[in-house]
Amino acid sequence: MSLFSTANHSGIPSGSKNSMRRITNSLGIFLFLLPGLVIFLIFVIYPIFRSIYFSTFDWNGLGPAVDNVGIQNYKDILTDKVFLKSIINVLIIIVLSLGIQLPLALLLATLVGRDLPGRAVYRTIFFLPYVLSEVNAAIMWMLLFNADPERGLLNGILVALNLQPVGWLSDMKVVLFSVFIALTWKYFGFHMLLYLTGLQNIPTEIEEAACIDGANSFQSFFHITLPLLSSTIKTSVYMSVLGSIQQFILVWIMTKGGPVNASETMATYMYRFGFVRFDLGYGSAVAIIMFIFCVVFSLIYQQLTREPDYLTGL
Amino acid sequence: MNRKLSFLISIIFIAVFALSACSTAAPTEAPVVATDAPAAATEAPAEPVVITWWHISTKDPALSSWQKMADDYMAAHPNVKIEITVLENEAFKTKLTTVMQSGEVPDIFQSWGQGGMIEQVNAGLLQDITDELDANNGEWRNSLGALDAFAVNGRNYGVPWDMGAVTFWYNKDLFAQAGIEKTPETWSEFLEDCEKLKAAGITPIAVGEGDKWPGMHIWAYLVSRIGGAEAFAAAADMSDARTGSFEDPAFIQAGYELKKLVDGGYFQEGFLGATHDDMQAAFGNGKAAMILGGQWSPSVQAANSADLQGVKNLGMFNFPAVEGGAGLVTDIVGGGNGFAIGKDAEPEAIDFVKYLTSLENQIIIAQDNTGIPVAKGAEVGLTDPNMVMVSQAVANSTYYQLYFDQVLPSAMGGIINDAVQKIFAGTATPEEVCAEIEAGFLAQ
Repeated sequence: MSLFSTANHSGIPSGSKNSMRRITNSLGIFLFLLPGLVIFLIFVIYPIFRSIYFSTFDWNGLGPAVDNVGIQNYKDILTDKVFLKSIINVLIIIVLSLGIQLPLALLLATLVGRDLPGRAVYRTIFFLPYVLSEVNAAIMWMLLFNADPERGLLNGILVALNLQPVGWLSDMKVVLFSVFIALTWKYFGFHMLLYLTGLQNIPTEIEEAACIDGANSFQSFFHITLPLLSSTIKTSVYMSVLGSIQQFILVWIMTKGGPVNASETMATYMYRFGFVRFDLGYGSAVAIIMFIFCVVFSLIYQQLTREPDYLTGL
Repeated sequence: MNRKLSFLISIIFIAVFALSACSTAAPTEAPVVATDAPAAATEAPAEPVVITWWHISTKDPALSSWQKMADDYMAAHPNVKIEITVLENEAFKTKLTTVMQSGEVPDIFQSWGQGGMIEQVNAGLLQDITDELDANNGEWRNSLGALDAFAVNGRNYGVPWDMGAVTFWYNKDLFAQAGIEKTPETWSEFLEDCEKLKAAGITPIAVGEGDKWPGMHIWAYLVSRIGGAEAFAAAADMSDARTGSFEDPAFIQAGYELKKLVDGGYFQEGFLGATHDDMQAAFGNGKAAMILGGQWSPSVQAANSADLQGVKNLGMFNFPAVEGGAGLVTDIVGGGNGFAIGKDAEPEAIDFVKYLTSLENQIIIAQDNTGIPVAKGAEVGLTDPNMVMVSQAVANSTYYQLYFDQVLPSAMGGIINDAVQKIFAGTATPEEVCAEIEAGFLAQ
């Protein structure tokens, strides 16, 4: 009744005024969204459907696509050992990211988020790699990882310490971890920033109260900071997993997915077939499979991490 | 009231947005009509022509030389405007692929001939310039060599401006240090020399197998030495009359010979992840005695060396002959650069390419050390003794085998590179590698 009366202050019959307002309102929203929607449809939705269309062709990108092969591309991809290897590599990168990269970012965030002297300087330093272009970062790490001790810093240090040089990018057992080191260096600053903003939203009163109650800093961290950061952590895990699935630039520049597919990711696999072997139909099919992976992960993740909403009872 | 106002404003904004979108389109169409009309009516002396030209010489002196040639041509032909787009090699390939899908090809663009060119011809993207080559009793044709690399079924769709050779480059001082008196002419001599170098504590060969193609050339040369010209030609035949296969004995034996180098430990530390620049640096810094590389090697190894000077005493020898093989030591595997002509190119564009490949401009290319010129008589411009050696190797070649990945459809380059890397990594037998290449070929 109160809603009704506030809407009825101008004296016009309330029912028709309400519905008219609703129409003009939604029309306004629609018109405002229109330019963005058009761009989104042209540059996101349309290419996705084109990719689905091309993924059913054996097509090298020159001239029109005519050789329709149905789902053969998908069959070939899912039975290709190299593609399965790339999925395993992506899973390894995801596990390492969640197990090492994110905890590291959280640790640093709690350090530089508090009363560390000169914390603004540290924050900037830690965030710097994320601002750097990925290509620059990749080339820099290639130089550091160079196998020649006289040209690569890391092997230079190892040799100076009388240790065996490591084939950072040439040893098929090591290369994925070398790539992971570069990935961690590049992206931990981003996650640290997420955690920093999360930490700022935690009221200091709660921590003070815990402190007064005699909680030590470990207890305070695990029982107060961590639970209150949970929504930030969820976001950061989500972005980390999606980023790992789509990881391309660093890997491609540093190793091209090699040696012999040892550091292949799904994205480098897609590029190899789409743009190195000019099999754009096959490459499109890989892209669609990656897209499905990302969508399925997103849906499952949202289901799993949905907070029970006590108000609506869902 | 507020809502009404904001609604009104939003309508205005959108209207402005929509109208401005329309209004920008209108003026661009107008001048086209305006320029067409007078040209048709008055038969103006020369219609303005815009030539689009994509090349991949991102560094000087080639970059400035091309620009100067374009400027000179434009000065002599005021109606011609040449728009140059300079792209890095890999970026060029990606961008060209994209524009080719839309059918909007540049008038003149970088080409390596053969395989990739055949696909472009089949897609109807290139212009046949055979008649221009043959005009005036074949004046243009006779001035150039190596035109076959840019011909499909006897018709030319482009012309070369540089044709080189892949050969072994070696460090004479390191060879002397290992007690090697003369360069190897046979494969077993070569293997013995590798052993001598290794015994003297010198890395015999540097290879950038992370980039794959540098190592692929060793395998390609072995194939051509063992099987001669016929083995590859028979396997690469795209017609139904194909007699060969990539699983023929020559290809498999080449894999086993290459394996000897890997198993012997003749390559530098970390060769599997090394780039082409790393390989050139190892050689240029005197840490490896040999590299197998093209005409670009002398300058690239110097550029990548610590002192920017590179190897003091640089030598060159042809890939050794394999005992019992059909190929000769003087057969050459190589390739070069050329320009393809896009389907919509105006006659002026072809005339400009003719100018680019003229004797005087080819001499500039030679003097700049940008390439090994193809115009007859332009080799006088070569001042670098290393380039003269390459030029002689090409001139004296008993057979000229274009790079494998240039002869084959473009996808095959990637497939061969990926497969041969497995021999270097020891993850597949030569038989498996050849089977993979054959399967890739049959899928084309």
